[in-house]
Amino acid sequence: MSAVGSSVQTTVPTPAAEVDGRAAGRRRGPTLTAGRGGFWFVLPFLVVYALFTLVPIVYGLFLSFFDTSLVGTTSNFVGLENYARLIGDGEVWRTLGITLLFTVLSTIPLVLLSLVMALLVHTGTRGQWFWRFAYFAPFLLPVATVTLIWQWLFQGDFGLLNGLLGLVGLPDVGWLSDPDWGLWSVVILTVWWTVGFNFLLYLAALQGIPQNVYEAAAIDGAGGWRRLVSITLPLLKVTTGLVLTLQVLASLKLFDQAYILYVGSGGPGGVAAPILQYVYDTGFVNYRLGYASAISYMFFALIIIVSLAQAWISSRRRRS
Amino acid sequence: MATATTGRDIARPDRTTQRGRKSREGVSLAQRGSLVSRTAIATALTVLAALWLAPLAWALLTSLKREADTTTVPLEVVPEAGFTLEAYTRVLGNDNIITWFINSTVVTVVVTVLTLALATTAAYGFSRTRFRGRNFLFALTIAGIMVPPQILIVPLYRQVTAMGLADTYAGIILPQLVVPAMVFILKKFFDGIPAELEEAARVDGAGPFRIFWQIVMPLSRSIVAAVGIFVFIGAWNNFLWPFIIISDPDLMTLPVGLVQVRSSFGVQYAQVMASALLAGLPLIIIFMLFQRQIVRGVATTGLGGT
Repeated sequence: MSAVGSSVQTTVPTPAAEVDGRAAGRRRGPTLTAGRGGFWFVLPFLVVYALFTLVPIVYGLFLSFFDTSLVGTTSNFVGLENYARLIGDGEVWRTLGITLLFTVLSTIPLVLLSLVMALLVHTGTRGQWFWRFAYFAPFLLPVATVTLIWQWLFQGDFGLLNGLLGLVGLPDVGWLSDPDWGLWSVVILTVWWTVGFNFLLYLAALQGIPQNVYEAAAIDGAGGWRRLVSITLPLLKVTTGLVLTLQVLASLKLFDQAYILYVGSGGPGGVAAPILQYVYDTGFVNYRLGYASAISYMFFALIIIVSLAQAWISSRRRRS
Repeated sequence: MATATTGRDIARPDRTTQRGRKSREGVSLAQRGSLVSRTAIATALTVLAALWLAPLAWALLTSLKREADTTTVPLEVVPEAGFTLEAYTRVLGNDNIITWFINSTVVTVVVTVLTLALATTAAYGFSRTRFRGRNFLFALTIAGIMVPPQILIVPLYRQVTAMGLADTYAGIILPQLVVPAMVFILKKFFDGIPAELEEAARVDGAGPFRIFWQIVMPLSRSIVAAVGIFVFIGAWNNFLWPFIIISDPDLMTLPVGLVQVRSSFGVQYAQVMASALLAGLPLIIIFMLFQRQIVRGVATTGLGGT
């Protein structure tokens, strides 16, 4: 630790800094401590950002107007032909439909269950560390680990799930082979894997609710249930908005777990093939890069619409 | 440490004030509840925890069985022949898996260090300095948060291949370094640090980089740790990009390698489970060591976490 750093840290009294931050420092915009050399701070990031995000964005858009193939040597400008074909391509709409269905099926439990988990843990029941570990640990695992484990649990003849169903006298389910269950298996796996992230967001929000709000309610004689319904849940509205948007955006991007679970086949009858898998197959299996880019961009537009809608809703809510 | 926490609170002045005070308050609420409701809560917590840990427990049990004992009907929790570490010795004796583990470690560490270097400097530049086009460049960076990496796979694959970086470490690493959300989170934090500290140092003759490194970074340790942990988790778990850009088995990362090798294990479930658990182990250890930072980090990095 440097001399400058440590002396500053120890000599500035904490409350003073805090008061200062509130009264004067807050919202006064950027100060110019580092002067004009600032561009050099930003440059390295911008170079990498330009090379590996901005250039591909423009290049992808460019590709979507060509009939470029991964193997062919020629690529011709085809204008909007790729986009026109996309509109008439049933597989685009089918996989987009699966993606949207998955988003609905996964978002509902992922939001509700994470809220329930957070509320339960926030009661302060002993074993906080353990509860947080149990609910959040799966989120940390690589998708390959998660999917390999669930493939084994879903296994038809020797899998744990069918084994347990057998114990209670129920017939086997074709988790990975029955078209009626194919997408549900991906939903179950995803809920198990990622609910912990939303859970922690809710838990942090709950811990941010000032205690005096509850004390006032307790004086007024409000019981535990009443406090939950009329204080806690309304105060979690903003967090729910955040969790919901993040979840919708994450669910729309379904690819990894569905791809690995079904070894790229799209599941029984193709019921679990999301649109990103169609992009992947079009680009890297059928080598039609131009067309794959056009599908990507259609999907990108959808993501941007969802993001902007969320930004618009949250800014309206903040104003009201 | 105390100062770092203060910096955090200042950084988010728009949040509910006085956050620090009520961390453990939930405890008193539960104690006030009746015995019945407390029992109900504990039961619900336990049932959920059991459901969430069961898949991991079953995977662990399977990995400790002899291959022949994994496929019994009905299911056996404890096989007659007892448990064995056979699957683990087989997996760890597999040169490929060791190679992938090393590849994953190298890629993850390099991605984490470089991302932190790029994101903290950029965030500081955007927060504290003025130069022509700053607002435009910052807006351009923020816009990047909305771009899902998945939609860039086709152009990025062509581009990285054309740069001669397919099947190289650089090819896996470079595209992962761009995390605009982290720049945004760090900038918001830097905005909340009182400028007086830096001005004092400037009067003492410290240059911009020295101020950044010796004053701002020490004050920001908690947020940098949170961002770093998340970048680390994301890099270790990344599947799609390494899967696309690497075809040489010697350069695969662990998640990609495991999926590739799955078929060669055939129905050797004990070995599949052993390798899957080994791939997740580093992150479980990290969680056990840094639970507090991770739990807090999710709240701050929520915006860019998924």
